[in-house]
Amino acid sequence: MLLYALRRLIYLVPVAFGVSLLVFALVHLAPGDPISAIVPPDAPQEVVDKLKEYYGFDKPLPVQYLRWLAVTLTGDFGTSIGTGRPVATEVASAFGNTIILAISATTLAFSLAIFLGTAAAYAKTRIVDRLVTLISLVGVSVPHFWLAIVLVIIFSVELGMLPPMGLGPENATGWRLDWPHIQHMILPTIALSVIPLGVMTRTVRATIKDILNAEFVTALQAKGMNDRQILFHVLKNAAPTCLAVMGLQAGNLIGGSILIETVFAWPGTGFLLNSAIFRRDLPILQGTTLVLAFFFMMLNLTVDVIQTMVDPRIKRG
Amino acid sequence: MAIQSPSLDIAGTAPLGAALTPVSRGYWQSVRRRLGRDPVTLICGAVLLLIVTSAVFAPLLGLADPYKTSMIRRLYPLGSPNFLLGTDELGRDMFSRLIYGGRLSLFMGVTPVACALLIGGSLGIAAGFSGGWVNMMIMRIMDVFYAFPSVLLAISLSGAMGAGAENTLLALTLVFIPPICRVSESVTTQVRGFDFVDAARASGAGALTIVRVHVLGNVLGPILVYATSLISVAIILAAGLSFLGLGVKPPEPEWGLMLNTLRQAIYVNPVLAALPGVMIFITSICFNLMSDGLRAAMDVKA
Repeated sequence: MLLYALRRLIYLVPVAFGVSLLVFALVHLAPGDPISAIVPPDAPQEVVDKLKEYYGFDKPLPVQYLRWLAVTLTGDFGTSIGTGRPVATEVASAFGNTIILAISATTLAFSLAIFLGTAAAYAKTRIVDRLVTLISLVGVSVPHFWLAIVLVIIFSVELGMLPPMGLGPENATGWRLDWPHIQHMILPTIALSVIPLGVMTRTVRATIKDILNAEFVTALQAKGMNDRQILFHVLKNAAPTCLAVMGLQAGNLIGGSILIETVFAWPGTGFLLNSAIFRRDLPILQGTTLVLAFFFMMLNLTVDVIQTMVDPRIKRG
Repeated sequence: MAIQSPSLDIAGTAPLGAALTPVSRGYWQSVRRRLGRDPVTLICGAVLLLIVTSAVFAPLLGLADPYKTSMIRRLYPLGSPNFLLGTDELGRDMFSRLIYGGRLSLFMGVTPVACALLIGGSLGIAAGFSGGWVNMMIMRIMDVFYAFPSVLLAISLSGAMGAGAENTLLALTLVFIPPICRVSESVTTQVRGFDFVDAARASGAGALTIVRVHVLGNVLGPILVYATSLISVAIILAAGLSFLGLGVKPPEPEWGLMLNTLRQAIYVNPVLAALPGVMIFITSICFNLMSDGLRAAMDVKA
């Protein structure tokens, strides 16, 4: 098992190399040269040259890449152009906020999806199955940033029940586990959970339906087990497939939170990324993208390894 | 092939487990027959047709000018005389803007998928059919793109390139190439194993001929079905980019951008502010149901 995990990790090295190349390229995709973003257009040429030299933009691209990679590998992501603070610090605090939101959204989405999906697969009447299918269809079709606005309209503007934006009460510095902070989380959590809820409900329903048709279920019934006892076996068999999709969804949720964080002014990575884009703060853009991609890769790796642990049928070379 | 049952599909991403049967002569007729018996798919098709044709022929419908602003009649509520769906924050006719908005929103959703289908499909078929190191090279490059959540990749790319419709199209195309490539590769690999491919090769057919005559017909169905299922994602993603201010620029009517600019109105006229999202929602739900219907009719398991 450890060997398998290690092999997967080694396999990630070339992918991570490619990812670093792509993230490095981001800066050079930008129109003009990266320096023009930080200096006023009327800056004297010698200042521009000085800055170019300072940031190393006067070197050929491969040299620039290797220098950037070497520095980045030590955990130094450069300095934010907007705030002058280290990128690593900014990204780290934002990442924490994103994770908090992601955990609550995945918990909500996955527990509800397992319940609804199982209920639909077991449903004796068509209406339950139809209803659950409808929920999952809405989940995968709704533009979640629009749903976020609708939630704000209903619960903040019309009913005045929940705060429309922010991480917590005014002049709050960080996230804490108390009622005002939880209140601020409710709407973003719901908005963020719709997509994974839709996808997971679909997956759980389809997987369990398939397994219910398997011969071993009939065998268990013949043995005289009741439905609840059989459910345990069914869930155990459904777990690997569902886990795989869950991992993917959890990762995509982090990506999707960019839009939700912007609507709710939630100070996470998405919010940071968005404001970096508009300030042309390329080091932040690079740093955030790199951290999120790295996290996504690790998440997929973890899911992969867990999957092989729970499903002895998987043997991969 | 270690495990066969779809329930044990361990590939990770669901669409990879596409099960294939060689296409027979009456296949497309039976697809058409099955579609005819599926009211949900037909209704969705009709709604989409309505949205698409009204968007395409918007200039011929005698609608109000979607660009004409007025400082006096801002944020009229729904059902105002002369303004069926009210007016937006700059006094422009909402109904007209919603219809016109379909032009860019649909275009920005469909074009990247079509481009990605062309590029990703060719790459995937090439990878699946050649196997060996060609396959490895192509698929490893795709793995790099897979290391990013798709929304993040789209936003980072178009964020770096700067706002604008062209950059959004480019970024979205790049986002959709890898998944289409993966699905194409996996179905092509399966088809390559069929006896008729071996037979064609034994009779001396070249690689291109085999792909064109024997492979394409068998893989195109599943790839197309998968691509149609991406359109709704693409429309939402494109609207999302415009919503962030990364896509279409004002004053162009586009659903995502309209949602953004109308956000200031949620305290004044909340229903109006939510309208463009309704259009995105309807369009994407119709595309999803249609692709489900197509999948069922074409008997593609995914």
